[in-house]
Amino acid sequence: MTEPANLLQKLWASHEIERAENGASLMWVDRHLVHEGSHHAFGKLAARQMPVARPDLTFGVVDHYAPTRDRAQIDDQQIARMIRTLETNAATHGFQLFGMRDVRQGIVHVIGPEQGLTLPGLMINCGDSHTSTHGAFGALAFGIGATEVAHVLATQTLWQSRPRAMRITFDGIVGPGVSAKDMALHWIAALGSDGARGYAVEYSGAAVRALSMEGRMTLCNLSIEGGARFGMVAPDQTTFDYVRGRPFAPRGETLEVAIADWCALSTDADAAFDAEHKFDAAAIAPSLTWGITPAQALSITDVVPVPATPTEREALEYMALTAGKPIAGTAIDQVFIGSCTNARIEDLRLAARVLEGRQSRVPGMVSPGSTLVRLQAENEGLDRIFVQAGLEWVGSGCSMCVGMNGDIVAPGMRCASSTNRNFRGRQGPGARTHLMSPAMVAAAAVTGTLTDVRPLLDGRVAA
Amino acid sequence: MSGWSVHTGHAAQLLRDNIDTDQLIPARFMSTPRSAGYGDYLLHDVRDQYALADGDTIIVAGRNFGSGSSREAAVYALTDFGIRAVLAPSFGDIFAANAVNNGLLPAKVAAEDLKRLSGNLTVDLESQTVTSGSTKIPFEIDPIWKLKLINGWDDIDLTSQHNAAITAFSRRRPKWAQPAPE
Repeated sequence: MTEPANLLQKLWASHEIERAENGASLMWVDRHLVHEGSHHAFGKLAARQMPVARPDLTFGVVDHYAPTRDRAQIDDQQIARMIRTLETNAATHGFQLFGMRDVRQGIVHVIGPEQGLTLPGLMINCGDSHTSTHGAFGALAFGIGATEVAHVLATQTLWQSRPRAMRITFDGIVGPGVSAKDMALHWIAALGSDGARGYAVEYSGAAVRALSMEGRMTLCNLSIEGGARFGMVAPDQTTFDYVRGRPFAPRGETLEVAIADWCALSTDADAAFDAEHKFDAAAIAPSLTWGITPAQALSITDVVPVPATPTEREALEYMALTAGKPIAGTAIDQVFIGSCTNARIEDLRLAARVLEGRQSRVPGMVSPGSTLVRLQAENEGLDRIFVQAGLEWVGSGCSMCVGMNGDIVAPGMRCASSTNRNFRGRQGPGARTHLMSPAMVAAAAVTGTLTDVRPLLDGRVAA
Repeated sequence: MSGWSVHTGHAAQLLRDNIDTDQLIPARFMSTPRSAGYGDYLLHDVRDQYALADGDTIIVAGRNFGSGSSREAAVYALTDFGIRAVLAPSFGDIFAANAVNNGLLPAKVAAEDLKRLSGNLTVDLESQTVTSGSTKIPFEIDPIWKLKLINGWDDIDLTSQHNAAITAFSRRRPKWAQPAPE
């Protein structure tokens, strides 16, 4: 009889080519996703005059610098150069690129799953810390730096030490108006922004099983904000239904073989974890951040905490909040719905449900996670709801989550944002970011303040 | 990349937790060609809040240093500025790997020892100690990373010795693991 194994151990074993005496594993990479920001890695490859080892397993997309407006003609020369460099590298090395004019363009962590490049049982790497998103399929997926990207380009492998395994279980079911974003902010606030450092997190429990693939992606996406390089959910029927029919996914008999293999990708009963945490999903309220790390989060019904450390005092000062006052009611200047965390079709539907027939009291942008998500949303008439509410409906890219394309929040402005990082200056120098779910962002837009989305959903969602 | 085992230099005390990579280098500078140098961008938007001086080669920082984005540019900003070692209670996982890949030491020191580490310090990788005057403080480093830093090893060169195993392994991947374009 074999030892009971957890999901991490199974995925690790199936990708380990060799293990060095010192304990480091040489791992096989099934999919390597690159973007404009990967230019340093291509530079390293060029310096060695090496080809891309497996262009058939390498996929590029324009996202970090993608303009969200006036996309036909890019005036900013720096941005144009970044995009051109990726196009040149794709042409030189012969890998598939989803460029600015490709309908499949979008944020790398949205298009991978959308195109069926992301599958259970794969190892997926990308030079971006939110690569943990793809773990939602039961894949081994993690962000890497430029030197590691160059290594994957050159060898299709990566040296890596196996992280420790952590299981985070959400028992029960979440209440109406509470989403995967709230579950993520909840555990990160409980464990801290380095609470899962050195671990791969497997999410389990009834509330996780009940999530759509979009919700699981949001949950896994944010793993890095709690310090974990990996987040995972064991695949199930929800996963298989999502994958079936995607452009690059296996079909026919190959798919049936795949599903049979994927069914084995779950943690065995009695398998051990190095750390375990349990949360009651029913007790989670719509959540948001008050400070300058995603761990500085609370329920919308809470008051701004009294700072316990100098770091918290600085956070409060930066965010211009008053300790002891309810966080709800804080006036905001603008909103943003977008990013690899929360810009999938389901996110846009929820936000639109809150905004339908209402006006935003503040300016804001909605940037869909991919061009295909944009088209789908337009098909469903969601774009008209956003525009009629007074928000700007723009093209797809990383946009105001990271500000590399010039979409930034002005100094001192307070932004309700569906993104993943509220770090000082993340959305622009001096910008004040409050992270929350897209539905909560929509609620903030409608009231012009940080507010509980639940009353605004009355009569609008099935309980 | 050349290896090293002992470094003596002046330390800057940046005793704040969670100095994330967005602070280490704001995203807008990341399109800069590598050859242009990244040292001027280090902590660009928050420099006035930190006691970092030209000539400092060691940083002593709070926990979770380098958390956040995978941007290796954060390491380029540090190394181009002249930093050789960061001493902190903990590091962001991706940052620490990036650091080692560029010869920068992410040394874990106990939180209670941080305040004792100021002025001129000697970092000794072999013995895993930092010396400040008559005080000697131990630090932790992953043993694999330690060897890599000392020897200046390059992973691509190392991996090329495993080519046969890699090719054999790649052929064993199931058919469903191959992309199947329509």
